[in-house]
Amino acid sequence: MAELLEIRWHGRGGQGAKTAAILLGEAVSASGKYIQAFPEYGPERMGAPVLAFNRISDEPIRLHCQVANPEMVVVLDETLLGKADVTAGVPDDGLYIINTNKSPEEMREQLGLTGGKVYTLDAMQISMETIGRPIPNTPMMGALIRTTGLLSIDEFIANSRDRLEAKFRPDIVEKNIQAIERAYQEVQGEE
Amino acid sequence: MSKRIAITGNEAVAEAMRQINPDVVAAYPITPQTEIVQFFADFVSDGKVDTEFVTVESEHSAMSATVGASAAGARAMTATSSQGLALMWEVLYIAAGLRLPIVAPVVNRALSAPINIHCDHSDTMGARDSGWIQIYSEDAQEAYDNLIQAMRIAEHPDVLLPTMVTMDGFIVSHGMGNAELLPDDVVKKFVREYEPEHYLLDVENPITVGALDFSDWYFEHRRQMVDAHTNVKDVVLQVAKEFKEISGREYKLFDSYKLDDAEVAIVVINSAAGTAKTVVDKLREKGLKVGLLKIRLFRPFPYEEIAEALSDKKAIAVLDRADSLSLMGGPLYIDLRAAMYDSPGPRVKMVNYIYGLGGRDLNMDQIAGVYDDLMKIAETGEVTEPITYLGVRE
Repeated sequence: MAELLEIRWHGRGGQGAKTAAILLGEAVSASGKYIQAFPEYGPERMGAPVLAFNRISDEPIRLHCQVANPEMVVVLDETLLGKADVTAGVPDDGLYIINTNKSPEEMREQLGLTGGKVYTLDAMQISMETIGRPIPNTPMMGALIRTTGLLSIDEFIANSRDRLEAKFRPDIVEKNIQAIERAYQEVQGEE
Repeated sequence: MSKRIAITGNEAVAEAMRQINPDVVAAYPITPQTEIVQFFADFVSDGKVDTEFVTVESEHSAMSATVGASAAGARAMTATSSQGLALMWEVLYIAAGLRLPIVAPVVNRALSAPINIHCDHSDTMGARDSGWIQIYSEDAQEAYDNLIQAMRIAEHPDVLLPTMVTMDGFIVSHGMGNAELLPDDVVKKFVREYEPEHYLLDVENPITVGALDFSDWYFEHRRQMVDAHTNVKDVVLQVAKEFKEISGREYKLFDSYKLDDAEVAIVVINSAAGTAKTVVDKLREKGLKVGLLKIRLFRPFPYEEIAEALSDKKAIAVLDRADSLSLMGGPLYIDLRAAMYDSPGPRVKMVNYIYGLGGRDLNMDQIAGVYDDLMKIAETGEVTEPITYLGVRE
């Protein structure tokens, strides 16, 4: 991996962008890497565009400035495209994962990207079929692990299970794990 | 050795308070400190601490109740931020004047108006002359470590002064990073049982606290407070030495980063020091002799040691996350300039950058720009703009 991986999460208030950044941070930290996870704090309103961030490195992270040039962008809500500037500051070889039922090629065209990599995942469908509610954040973590190879999926799930068990009932934990596993399998890259 | 975990500053500080297990906590929630009180209230209701938790109606009452508990002989703590610290004002001075070793985490946040919840250092800088010891922290690890050390510093018989331990609002309080927490029993042993020498509930040895003290003795009692502050440096170093034995982590009066052979240096407080150290690393790779001094103990100010560490530099930039509105720059800059007045050798060129008010970001390019300015000053010996507002829209 790069010396320092910076990730920006785009979501809407209530979709779990902050929780995703924190769960990812905790799971990756449990494997010995150094992490940061933080949201952008503003007025908290359900449905309003929100941002959250991760930094991940094999070395201690001292930076305490905002993430301005993330190598990776995760979009939890397709309706943000064209409204939130999801490509802002992202280098040409940046990596995008978008929650949509469209193809990566369609998304590339919509975002006007020439370089980098685009992945898509129908996280809404997975979340409805596994968790039973439209919560796209946990499946998107599965897609992120597949596309970055930060950890093996087994290690990621083991670490995530610990964290989820601290927050949820056992059946909810299992449904979230299922969502992560399905997303890991179903994320689509470009041909 | 303890395991590295992912944790926020507020969680780390609340964990330290759980391990310290104070007799009394009287606190009122205020963003971005709220979580500390919330987590600690959980520890109380879950029976994980023996603390008497006093819910109060304001920060003025929080500090008043803490003062009362401490005077009675309890190990008493509180926590606050920004407007909350401002509302504690008159009682801060009372805590110090009564020589009560209260320890309080303070999460740095801007003061109103305009209303803002984000980080700057205006709150604790305003309390710098209150008689409290002030210890600043770069990240969650330092906030945790400093809070544990603060117990021993405040309660030391040569000191007996209230102590605030600060960290940056949101950036550190809510940002998740990595830290190593010590085992509960190690912290318990380190902070020891609190055994005050004089206290109100010691009925065998009755004392008066807070008596009237006119022109006959007031001056002498305030002078004794100065003596106590004079003792702080040695105690801070002694406690740091013992803390290193249990943690492996080294603390001093201030943190020098690649400073010894540096020609130019930035002096900075709290989380921005982390970003600046990353910039130092990048510039050092290019062969530039740049360094950094991060303030840890700000009150009392270890001015002789700081001046000595900086006296051979060609130019220094002091970064302030608060303004004094004296038109002489930020509070740290003013102190640093006074500290450097008697330093040996040719006068060191100094400039001030006010940054980050109300949570405005300070990025690596801006810090690299400051080093660039410093190298020009070092080369020409000329300061054209002593005070710069970094990152403000003019």
